[in-house]
Amino acid sequence: MSRRVALEASHAAAEAVKMADVDVIAAYPITPQTHVPERLAEMVANGELNAAYIPVESEHAAMSACLGSSAVGARTFTTTAGQGLELMHEAVYVASSMRYPIVMVICNRALSAPLSVWGDHSDAMAVRDTGWIQVFCENNQEAFDLVLWGFRVGEDPKVLFPVMVHFDGFTLSHVIEPVILPEQSEVDRFLPKFQYPFALNPDKPMTHGAFGPPEIYSETKIAQEVAFRKSKEVILQGWKEFGDIFGRYYSPVAQYKTEGAKTLLLTMGSLGATAKIVIDAKREKGESVGHVNLCLWRPFPFEEFRQAVKGVETLIVFDRCISSGMGGPVLSEVKSALYDEERKPKIVGIIGGLGGRDMSVKDFEYVIDRGREIAEKGSDKMLETVGIRG
Amino acid sequence: MQEKVITFGRNLVTTKEFLAEGHNFCTGCGEALAIRLACKALGENTIINMATGCDEVCTTPLPVTSWRVPWLHTLFENAATTISGVEAGLKIMMKKGKIPERDIHLVAMGGDGATSDIGLQFLSGAIERGHNFLYICLDNEAYMNTGVQRSSATPYGASTTTAPAGKVSIGQTSWKKNMVEICAAHDIPYAATACPSYRFDLMKKVKKGAEIKGPAYVHILCPCPTGWRFPTNMTIEMGRLAVQTGIFPLYEVENGHYRLNADPPKLKRLEEYLKPQGRYRHLTDEEIERIQQRVNEKYAKLKEKAAAFPL
Repeated sequence: MSRRVALEASHAAAEAVKMADVDVIAAYPITPQTHVPERLAEMVANGELNAAYIPVESEHAAMSACLGSSAVGARTFTTTAGQGLELMHEAVYVASSMRYPIVMVICNRALSAPLSVWGDHSDAMAVRDTGWIQVFCENNQEAFDLVLWGFRVGEDPKVLFPVMVHFDGFTLSHVIEPVILPEQSEVDRFLPKFQYPFALNPDKPMTHGAFGPPEIYSETKIAQEVAFRKSKEVILQGWKEFGDIFGRYYSPVAQYKTEGAKTLLLTMGSLGATAKIVIDAKREKGESVGHVNLCLWRPFPFEEFRQAVKGVETLIVFDRCISSGMGGPVLSEVKSALYDEERKPKIVGIIGGLGGRDMSVKDFEYVIDRGREIAEKGSDKMLETVGIRG
Repeated sequence: MQEKVITFGRNLVTTKEFLAEGHNFCTGCGEALAIRLACKALGENTIINMATGCDEVCTTPLPVTSWRVPWLHTLFENAATTISGVEAGLKIMMKKGKIPERDIHLVAMGGDGATSDIGLQFLSGAIERGHNFLYICLDNEAYMNTGVQRSSATPYGASTTTAPAGKVSIGQTSWKKNMVEICAAHDIPYAATACPSYRFDLMKKVKKGAEIKGPAYVHILCPCPTGWRFPTNMTIEMGRLAVQTGIFPLYEVENGHYRLNADPPKLKRLEEYLKPQGRYRHLTDEEIERIQQRVNEKYAKLKEKAAAFPL
């Protein structure tokens, strides 16, 4: 029987790693991710989890060790945040290009300077193009579910791509919520054993990581991109199987009260929960508003997203990151995804929640009201922001 | 089936080649020879992780490979760490019964830049954690793959493209970083120097390092005709002179105990080693004397250690 327990997202993710019977964990501690590796190290030390825990000396080394363990076919997990993900950056690309299905949890954190250990999506946006399957969690249950699902999808022989599971630093990583933990037998039914078809083995010598001269590099990268786009089928299939076994169904774009809504607010990550309170209140007042949450970030769910915003007059995109000289990165992507549509909503962007700045119900009220105002009258501001002085 | 071997005196060497012919190394490359010999010592039950550098680009231009053993390359600085992941992965999967138990030689290889500069932290981390692997540094004393830029392993007085000799500079102004001592200071079971000019000594050390339980480090001086600017038929001779002049002594450190493997009764004068190399052509007699003094001091200190803590 499944159990309903109180867990922070960090510990929920660690439980998923344990139930996945992972072989190797290589991690370096960084706020706000520390509770994930701490809990895993504890599980290994107590014999609850039969895995190798490699206490590496940096995040770059964490990913480097993961590349090695994945190359010999070990189920591999790591986790980091903010600066750690930046230090690891070089090796993050290698994992996807060499098709090692590592699962990595990111407890999203702002980037220096000034130093901030608190949450926003700057770290996530800096790894948009790394070729990893990427999802954002809205709550702690999703942290558990998507880590488990990450192994199922990434390790599928038709996929073989690494999976990044993002959840907001502190807002989720350190906040306790009820989480349903399944039976091990259910997990075993969902997640097959990892059989890496290209594991390094002296009986069948293989070369991993040869270099690509100009005559072949382009073909290699295009082949990778084709395979990456195709992973979408398994991504959806994995969610279907997950729902059939555990009763919770996921979709690339989560929709809330979108039926007939004239205005939609788009968020990613945990702040969607706060935004929904505002949607409820506005709906009660008879305002035609709804909410969409982008769960699948890469590969970008073009089809589902276009479907979700069909017939909408105004789409307000909330960004927790600034792409310097450009604006909100999610705003740019969403505009690009809808550019070719014949009938598309007015799309406006508002930036807030940077470096752990709280986003209250009131703030989201402002986001929706101001968003509709900009859509109607336009804006003369360089950047539209919420809750920021000056 | 009995493995075919060639006998050289007391030494038996397999006729198998694990680094296939047809690679892209320069003529007279000391590194290619070192790798070939090292692989013969390691045998086929081996997994190699190689750092970015000459060796990697000369052996694996897609879609071909020169490797007859399982081989992995990820990045420049992280060979020691990636092999530590390989080791941890294999060990736990054997423990869990996912793969059959067997001893596999796990070897990381990197150039002097990958080892003593950009990868030093990774190497230190991996050997401190005590993974069971051998790290081989293929030291040709500069970033040769990118065109002879200085590294911390470049010797004092050598001219490179980023520390060139000029009107007001002699080239490299710092002394070569001592990687064997740095590794030995981590209290690992085995650290040694080697040179392909002393092929059986090299093979013996590589085998020992691979078979010893825990981390081991073998630092191989690989004469480089391209970067050191000497004729391609002098590679073996240059390696011999490096040892015979004492600028690169052959020794091993086993659990803190030292042994000199080649200790000539009288060291040759350093000029014999420096003069044939274009990278030292600009040195004055005064500078050569300065280097000679340093070599004498260092060699004497090493002998003291070998006498005080004999193996």
